[in-house]
Formats: sequence, structure tokens, C-alpha cells
Amino acid sequence: MSDMRTPLNKVRGLGSAKDGTGHFWRIRLTSIALIPLSLFLLGWILSVGGASYGEVRAALAQPLIALAASLFILISLDHMRLGMQIIIEDYIHGEGAKVTLLMLNIFFAVAVGAASVFSILKIAFGG
Amino acid sequence: MVELTLPKNSKIRMGKTWPKPEGATNLREYRIYRWSPDDGENPCLDTYFVDLDDCGPMVLDALLWIKNKVDPTLTLRRSCREGICGSCAMNIDGGNTLACTKGMDDISGAVKVYPLPHMPVVKDLVPDLTVPYAQLTSIDPFLKTVSPEPAKEWPQSYEDRQKLDGLYECILCFCCQTSCPSYWWNGERYLGPAVLLQAYRWLIDSRDEAAGERLDNLEDPFRLYRCHTIMNCTQACPKGLNPAKAIAEIKKMMVERRV
Repeated sequence: MSDMRTPLNKVRGLGSAKDGTGHFWRIRLTSIALIPLSLFLLGWILSVGGASYGEVRAALAQPLIALAASLFILISLDHMRLGMQIIIEDYIHGEGAKVTLLMLNIFFAVAVGAASVFSILKIAFGG
Repeated sequence: MVELTLPKNSKIRMGKTWPKPEGATNLREYRIYRWSPDDGENPCLDTYFVDLDDCGPMVLDALLWIKNKVDPTLTLRRSCREGICGSCAMNIDGGNTLACTKGMDDISGAVKVYPLPHMPVVKDLVPDLTVPYAQLTSIDPFLKTVSPEPAKEWPQSYEDRQKLDGLYECILCFCCQTSCPSYWWNGERYLGPAVLLQAYRWLIDSRDEAAGERLDNLEDPFRLYRCHTIMNCTQACPKGLNPAKAIAEIKKMMVERRV
């Protein structure tokens, strides 16, 4: 079937999604949030270098460290999800494959986030 | 569409080597992309030798010398031969630029000339620019006002006029547009650097009353946000403009109106 629509018709397509700025803003917001969080956690990891398993476990159970670790994981995963969404939209053009991958991308981030936070909470409260 | 290898019918063969001009001593080798819609053959690279003692200094001079003296079937667009019409935009020595303002001296070795990348080819060095032109039309590249028209003209302060510098000079050659990987992969939906620079030119014009409507039209994950600040556009622009900055300014406007 030949496509007899005009070039302008094709370019206009289904119109503007009136969206995208939220994504743009959020990826920058998460980048900025990750700067202090990464530095803090890096400092903490260096400070517990050489400590025993039990000592590290006890240190991770402290509220400040547990909170920083949870935030770091959640915000990193959100940042990763946003970035991966861009890559999928850039390179995957089949509608079915694209929608499936965009879904899996969100599921993956949520699953890893839930497992990580659960682990940290278990260390913090599990005794 | 992402195409990391060329489709079968676009693979480039080595073409004909045309004879050297007789008696010429000061020669320059040119390898030029040739494709004709009429013969059903794949594109090929033809080799020509240009007599520099009989030819001007620019790549366009050499192309026209070849067309006039060696091979009249070589097909290209050109008009002003001084960098103001944008017709002779092509890929020279691996970069998109205007043949008329690119000096042969700037290139070492054989001069390789291809049409603008990732566009359908009409013939030889002539790309089909229908889609970028339609994209330009889609952003309404003209002054939009609602207020009653003044008796003489729409006044603009000196400072506001200066905001158009670096934007109004664009000649729509599409060197930037066709150098952008995001445009290669998503050219049907991403508007591309040349069109977004034009969009910004009207967004920032103090006389235009449709900024909100224009931003609404651009706010889209594909139309605007496919730009990932790769900067090929700015590097390619033969007029020294900065489309990447114009796009960044549009993104700033988008954030400004909601944060």
C-alpha cells in the first residue's frame, strides 16, 4: 500500500505529546542528588575498608548509613531507568519490542530497588 | 531507523577512474559518490583528476570543472557559490559542509565527496530534503501575532534584536541536520538541529506572541528531547552557528515555564 499522505502530514503525525520535560528535569535532579550521596557512601566504604563482616554489618545498620545507602540505590535505579528509557527510544523502532522493553526496564528497576531496600532494612532491623 | 550497515542496494562499489587531463602537471585526485536512479546499479565512487592550474581553489570549483570538462553527467546542486544559498551542502572529507566555502587546501590526500548523510539520494550528490523542509514548515517559521498590527512596523529594542544574532544567519543548508546521529536514527520524529534552531529563532523574537503555543508544539520526547547534546551540529555548521546551544535554550524555556 503506498502512503499518499503529504510530507507535512507525516511530520505532524499524531501531534506533540506535551511531555518530556518531566523526564529531562528528573534525570538532572537525580544526577545532582547522586553527587553528595555517592561521595558520602564512597567515604564510608573507604572508612570500613579492612573491617570484619560483623563490623561492616553493624555499621550498615546505623540509621544514617542505612538511609544513605537506601537513597543511593533508589535514586541510582531511577536515574538508570530514565537513561535506559532514552536508549530504548533512540534505538528500538518496532512498536511491540519498544513497548515491551520500556515495560521490562521499569519492572527491572522496581524489582532491584525492592530487593535492595529489603536487604538493607533486614540488616538494619533484623538484628 | 538504526542502520549500522548499509542496505544491500546502497553498498558502494569502486567506480570508474576517469583519464587524467592531458598535459596537466598540477593534479588533484577527487573521489566522488555516483548514483543514478535510472540504471538499477549500486552507487559507486568515481575517481577524477582535476587540473589545479585551470581551476579555482574551492571544492565547488573542482566539481564544476569536472562537470564542464570531464563528465557532464555529474549531478549536484549549487547556486550562489559564496556560502549564502546553502545549495551545495555535501559531505566533503568526512564532514558536512558547503562545497563553495571549503578550500581544497584544507584537505590532505584525495578529496572524497558524498551527498549529505542518511538522506534519500535523488542522484549523485543531490539529497532528497523533503522531510527536513516539511519539518521546517511544521514549526511555523514566521512571525505570529494577535495584537492589532501597528501602522508602520512591529518595534523591537536594540537588545532584543541582538538576541537573534547567531540564529538569523542560518541558511538552511542542513549540514547540521544530517550530521546528527539522533536525526539519523529518528529523523521521522525528531525535528533535528536546523529546524530547532529556527524554532528558537522565533521563540526568542520579542515581537512574536506565540511562544507558549510554539513550546507546546515542541514539547515531545521525540520532537525536542532526542537531542542528547552530541554537538555534531555545532561542529558541522559552515556558518559557525551553534544549534546545540539553541536547543539547550529551548529546553531551559521548557523547564522555566513549569518549575
